[in-house]
Amino acid sequence: MQREKTVLEASDLRRHYEVKRGAFRQPAILKALDGATFTLQRGRTLAVVGESGCGKSTLARLVTLIERPTSGQLKIQGIDIITADDQTKRALHKTVQIIFQDPYGSLNPRQKIGLCLEEPLLVNTDMGKKERAEKARNMLDLVGLRPEYYDRYPHMFSGGQRQRVAVARALMLNPEILVLDEPVSALDVSIQAQILNLLADLQEQFNLAYLFISHDLSVVKHIADDVMVMYLGRPIEFGSRENIFSKPHHPYTRALLSATPVADPFRTKEQITLHGELPSPIAPPTGCTFHPRCPHMTEICKGDFPDIGVLDNCEFACYHPKTY
Amino acid sequence: MPLLEIENLSVAFQTAGGMFTAVDRVSLHIDPGEIVSIVGESGSGKSVAMLALMGLLPWTAKVTADVLKFDGKDLNTISPKKLRTIIGREMAMIFQEPLSSLNPCFTVGFQLTEALKIHFGMSRKECRARAIELLDQVGIPEPQKRLKAFPHQLSGGMNQRVMIAIAISCNPRLLIADEPTTALDVTIQAQILDLLLKLHQDKQMSLVLITHDMGVVAETAERVVVQYAGQQVEKQLVKGLFSNPHHPYTAALLDSLPERAKTKKLPSIAGVVPGQFDKPGGCLFAPRCKYSTRHCIAKTPEPAADELGRALCHYPLRDGVPMNHPGEEEVI
Repeated sequence: MQREKTVLEASDLRRHYEVKRGAFRQPAILKALDGATFTLQRGRTLAVVGESGCGKSTLARLVTLIERPTSGQLKIQGIDIITADDQTKRALHKTVQIIFQDPYGSLNPRQKIGLCLEEPLLVNTDMGKKERAEKARNMLDLVGLRPEYYDRYPHMFSGGQRQRVAVARALMLNPEILVLDEPVSALDVSIQAQILNLLADLQEQFNLAYLFISHDLSVVKHIADDVMVMYLGRPIEFGSRENIFSKPHHPYTRALLSATPVADPFRTKEQITLHGELPSPIAPPTGCTFHPRCPHMTEICKGDFPDIGVLDNCEFACYHPKTY
Repeated sequence: MPLLEIENLSVAFQTAGGMFTAVDRVSLHIDPGEIVSIVGESGSGKSVAMLALMGLLPWTAKVTADVLKFDGKDLNTISPKKLRTIIGREMAMIFQEPLSSLNPCFTVGFQLTEALKIHFGMSRKECRARAIELLDQVGIPEPQKRLKAFPHQLSGGMNQRVMIAIAISCNPRLLIADEPTTALDVTIQAQILDLLLKLHQDKQMSLVLITHDMGVVAETAERVVVQYAGQQVEKQLVKGLFSNPHHPYTAALLDSLPERAKTKKLPSIAGVVPGQFDKPGGCLFAPRCKYSTRHCIAKTPEPAADELGRALCHYPLRDGVPMNHPGEEEVI
């Protein structure tokens, strides 16, 4: 179907960094992302969840072509970006845009909003000045800001309005994929709802594919179609939203769900408290990387990283998945 | 006798644009061994009210209160010397960002024992023993080693544990936690909240939890105070607040939570919290409220009765329906 065309395919995507440890020691390898496979379709939202340090933001940087993957394959609109020449890549840059978490940090304080919106057009297209200004004003209107705001500076806006500006800037080049890196976690609840509504409207209007990165499961449950749970650089469970939230198989997914506070004082819930913190990605545990914190750990977990299993349309990497 | 009594606490700041009232006639009673949560969006004055109580505001702040009593002692008239024996010892605070609240130049052990030296005059040996005991209590592995660590060598969750250890070092009777888990991951957040609840149970300590996360409120608090633009707009027990909110703001806030949404489109609250220069007359929530009438804009509301959660509204909600409301036609 045309509407659900696949726009992005990633297979076994890896990104490793070298960390220098002084003049006389071998540099360590930090595996920020260690084998992610997924696809993105137009008009759908894939949510990536996990704690800080699990590789969510590295994934965002790879997908937006800010960084090159160490290995693996990344296809955007069917074009492999590793083998593509610079010109094709430049064209692909336009189809993937990103919105950052902190609307205060991601706008230049000395640049008027209008110019900030026009900049992508100035760099990527040969539109005239008048045309650009008109497009910027239309875009402001589209994201629920007044076109008069064109001449204002970022400090004159509230957090929610700034995030709208960031959304507008990302949409200037008519992208197909939007990477949303924690777009609402810096906002208050009432403003968060406004931005989530805006994102849902825009997705419907432009048939956008969203890669929604978040640690807030209640937001993910609302907005996502599919969910990928990550732990220490690896996806450990993947499935549709209904399956992940109603039948989580991986113990880490279950612990995350149980740790997320729910605004309902009448509910009694399964209490799984994880002990300890995320291990260092420089020296990850052997075998299943989750085993030191896992309540169901056995000897086999320390051996090799588990193969991907499939149950109830959920993919997961665990030796002891919960069955329903 | 309540442990803490606050009546009509107001805080105003001297700014270039004139006086700005950040906290407007806030009242709070806390009994020994109680968990009270203060909820509100940013700019609602929840932290400022508690900082004023702790005496931690800069000189530009003008703090006034009709009654400000801790354990029967009047904090308005008490001598500064006596006040210092209460603050930090009987009443302690955990701040939002552990990394910016801890001093990067001193070890965790030094910062932990500072309060013990001042309040109890402990010797170095006693201090060390107590510090190890405290770190152990808050769940930090290998406490002896960690005493020598600097804040940048620890993770965010560990730093927050150190902050908690400092706050409880003198066995306070009242602990004020200002967004203790905002900067942390959910799994660490669950650990920290469990720790606070355990301390509350073991030591019969009263806990004031300042937060903007309705989920945290629902799972930890017993009583809730909702603040909006410096005013307390509703006070209720936690179950009542979630099942039958009386102030339109509380109701709208709960509706806008993604997890309570029934449709794809979230019912959001239009507009933003009023700031210094756009404070409306009358009810402060009127410009964003879906029930507001001319009367709301003209007249400042009075708190409603206790069974209506002392809602600061002309038409407090009962089971989701505004009372004495003139009807749809009057809504502006």
